[in-house]
Amino acid sequence: MSEKILMTSGDIKRTLLRIAHEIVERNRGTEDLVLIGIQTRGVPLAERLAGMIREFEEIAVTAGTLDIGLYRDDVSTNNLRPIIHDSDIPIDITGKQIILVDDVLYTGRSIRAAMDALMDTGRPKSIQLAVLIDRGHRELPIRADYTGKNIPTSQNEEIKIHFKEIEGKDEVIVTKRTQNP
Amino acid sequence: MSQALFIKGGCLVDPSRGINRIGNLLVLGDSIVYEGKGVPEMPQDTSILHASNMIVCPGFIDLHCHLREPGFENKETIATGIAAAARGGFSTICCMPNTDPPIDSSAIVEYVKRKAAQESSVHVLPVGCITRGRKGMELADMDELAKAGVIAFSDDGSSVTNSQLMCHAMDYSRDLGVPITSHCEDTTLSGNGIMHEGWVSAMLGLKGIPPAAEEIMLARDLILAELTHAKLHVAHVSTQGAVDLIRRAKEKGLLVTAEVTPHHLTLTEESVMGKQPFCLRQLRQHASNQEEKNLIPLIYNSNAKVNPPLRTAEDIEHLIIGLREGVIDAIATDHAPHTLADKNCDMDEAAFGISGFETALGCLMSLVHSNQLSISLLISKLTCEPAKVIGRESELGTLKEGSQANITIFDPDSEWEVDSQNFVSRGKNTPFDGYSLKGKVMATIVNGRIAYKDSSLPLPKPFSATKNKEKGEDKK
Amino acid sequence: MTTAFSEHDNARGFSSPSATLRHRHILDLDDFGRDEIELVFKTGDAMLEVLGRKIKQVPTLRGKTIANFFIEPSTRTRSSFELAAKHLGASTISLDTAKSSMLKGESFISTLHTLQNLGADTIVIRHPQAGAPYLAAREIKSSILNAGDGWHAHPSQSLLDLYTIRQRLGNLEGLKVTIVGDIKHSRVARSNIWGMSTMGIKITLCAPYTLLPRHLDGFVSNSHLAPIVVTTNIEKALKGADVIMLLRLQRERQESGLLPSIREYVRLYQLTEQRLSLAKPGALVLHPGPINEDIEITPEIAYGTQSAIDKQISNGVAIRMALLYLITGGNHAE
Repeated sequence: MSEKILMTSGDIKRTLLRIAHEIVERNRGTEDLVLIGIQTRGVPLAERLAGMIREFEEIAVTAGTLDIGLYRDDVSTNNLRPIIHDSDIPIDITGKQIILVDDVLYTGRSIRAAMDALMDTGRPKSIQLAVLIDRGHRELPIRADYTGKNIPTSQNEEIKIHFKEIEGKDEVIVTKRTQNP
Repeated sequence: MSQALFIKGGCLVDPSRGINRIGNLLVLGDSIVYEGKGVPEMPQDTSILHASNMIVCPGFIDLHCHLREPGFENKETIATGIAAAARGGFSTICCMPNTDPPIDSSAIVEYVKRKAAQESSVHVLPVGCITRGRKGMELADMDELAKAGVIAFSDDGSSVTNSQLMCHAMDYSRDLGVPITSHCEDTTLSGNGIMHEGWVSAMLGLKGIPPAAEEIMLARDLILAELTHAKLHVAHVSTQGAVDLIRRAKEKGLLVTAEVTPHHLTLTEESVMGKQPFCLRQLRQHASNQEEKNLIPLIYNSNAKVNPPLRTAEDIEHLIIGLREGVIDAIATDHAPHTLADKNCDMDEAAFGISGFETALGCLMSLVHSNQLSISLLISKLTCEPAKVIGRESELGTLKEGSQANITIFDPDSEWEVDSQNFVSRGKNTPFDGYSLKGKVMATIVNGRIAYKDSSLPLPKPFSATKNKEKGEDKK
Repeated sequence: MTTAFSEHDNARGFSSPSATLRHRHILDLDDFGRDEIELVFKTGDAMLEVLGRKIKQVPTLRGKTIANFFIEPSTRTRSSFELAAKHLGASTISLDTAKSSMLKGESFISTLHTLQNLGADTIVIRHPQAGAPYLAAREIKSSILNAGDGWHAHPSQSLLDLYTIRQRLGNLEGLKVTIVGDIKHSRVARSNIWGMSTMGIKITLCAPYTLLPRHLDGFVSNSHLAPIVVTTNIEKALKGADVIMLLRLQRERQESGLLPSIREYVRLYQLTEQRLSLAKPGALVLHPGPINEDIEITPEIAYGTQSAIDKQISNGVAIRMALLYLITGGNHAE
């Protein structure tokens, strides 16, 4: 298995800052803005983005978390059932501009599930998607509104994102699975 | 017809005469004509059966089995029951009268005897009902039954709950020279019980049958036997307390005998949760090709549902002491075959009973291999002792020269795996399924004829032919 | 490698493989580990959140079929399971039969086969006879969820009891729970003995001897459970209790001679204000229902502040959703 660092801690910070600015710019401010991180790897990203916006706009932005386990489309075909984490959306999302935040955009199925999950809790004005990495191989007609980095990958590569909050270090790594393990 | 069979080099065990040594037997026609160490003079066409490393003993006598015919032929027929008995080493079996119609008249006795005779194999001795239709209301025609040849009276399956009626039955039986076999159960205590009332029933939430249910009715019957001086035989003793009661009755000099089953001697209440005692080795969890089934432990095992229920290790200990001390006279199978549908249902609906002929010797030998019983004691409880219970000790249960040639040959060390699907009995209901038993019947001879022979045992060859062949080989 | 998160989209949430349910049937709690019970709680939390929404339905088990096979009348447990299945988007079949109307022998098994062939992925079984769900699990391929079998087990009830206690009192470890009533005939008590022992709860059982199973001590010692206190005196039993669980008294117990009279039972075992005051302040009162008002408990307590009986009902749906979610799905048969 070979491993390569794609983004360092500094890269990640700069990229997130850019996305934070893009979000505020596109939505013309922070009114009705709610950032929702998808459990589990989108949660720290949403919190960081909210923190950055808070800092440069000097205004509080609502952040929440969303678990999509109950909306996955592979529950019935997979013997391992995902563990359901907490969903915590502190306000009624009806009429809000939702920014869904996740770490990697791949097949698009998680985002599809996340949108279903969101719609069941209210009727947002709009939903936008922010991801740190877009690695391609989409299976659904879904695209990100804010992308940190496009990284074309092959199917036997894995993208790993480490977070200071979880792994103690920020970095993005691509590893290649060797054939015939 | 002068069929001759020479059984050579087996270990002869005949507790009726205290014999336990290597020797030979010569059977001519239907009787044993020679028993000893030497080689007697024998006819030219004598067949020879090599029995070295095997035990040769009198044919087993089973005081208690259910052949189900007439009435329940889907569970067992007289023919299949006889075949299963022969495979289990039994040359004489006593069948209980809870058929439909029950054996409560000479006509049914004749029917059973005629059907059994057609097989010209194992001897079948019917037991007659105590009460008409086994209803517990009025006495059956006991004299008629005795004259027709029943060897005991019993309403097995139920007790005669009316003490007055039981007292009359005992009084009446005194004249007939036939014992009353009592199924001891106070049904007000056993109720709809399913298994032994103990920690397993407490855990599984199954209604228990306390030992008291057996002991209270046994005490009553012993008191009545003392009052009437009747001969009483106690069926399937299962508790320590019952052994104590019978011991006391025998000390008082009552005409009481008792039997115990192989399963009550080897299995405990834990069998209902699929566990087996240490002396039996488990090979498979359950007879099934489906792996799926093996994932579910065999708790609530309806094949371990039997009446009286499987008790505790302590009870087993006392039953074995009872056998050693002579408190318990005989081992009887209580072979109770049932259909799959009778057993493959919830514990409440499942029928009581174990199909016991074909596993009896194998599981009893576990007691010998674990040094709890001596081989000669075990054989006595299967041969001469039960013969005495039914007053046939002069003709049955012995290898004495001149007696009828009923002989069982078994390999005490042969290990085999119980697979109920291979039973010749129609009843596949056994809690021993998938277990390894050590001790296997190789041949059963009834009336001088081979009623059963294990496939691994070579066919007896004519004596002369063997000799000629040996000579021929010598020349080469 | 430090992380277990590999293939992002396909790996979400499979964070700790140890925390999976090791059962494909839920028959009793005797073989449930603490981690599995915690998993049920955690999943229950998520389900409770769904139940708090305006739209109380998620599509998790869409396309799955859940059969409720009840051979004993039970409107409460059956509705709870039915609602749980529907909240998860599953299709449901309900089959209520009285045992008396079933043909002897074949019928239970043949009905199971019918349900399996109708495509039931999970069959929820209520049966008047202990052990019937085990027979079912051996017989067919669908997952079996025991919704009460005779006097034996009622795992979903025990899990919701534990969940309710945890919700109100926090940590379960070391709590003292007193169960009062007809222990002998109670599947709720038996499942709770397993579940509570596993969670480190100290159990006291209180009933007249006629309503206690004989050989309980053998059950406890042979099963390697922590010691259980057994007493016939309710005052003693309640002293210092964190939780009081009352069991329903069936009137036929009196008819079959296990109790001299209901009046005497009420005098000796009813939970009254005075008796409740012997327990810890704020002790929780539970009852699996349905309540016989003025027999096991006074209405003042049943609907009072210390009672969590209403919570048991709403938590019941969440816990049953969690159980259905955890065992339904996947292609077990392959």
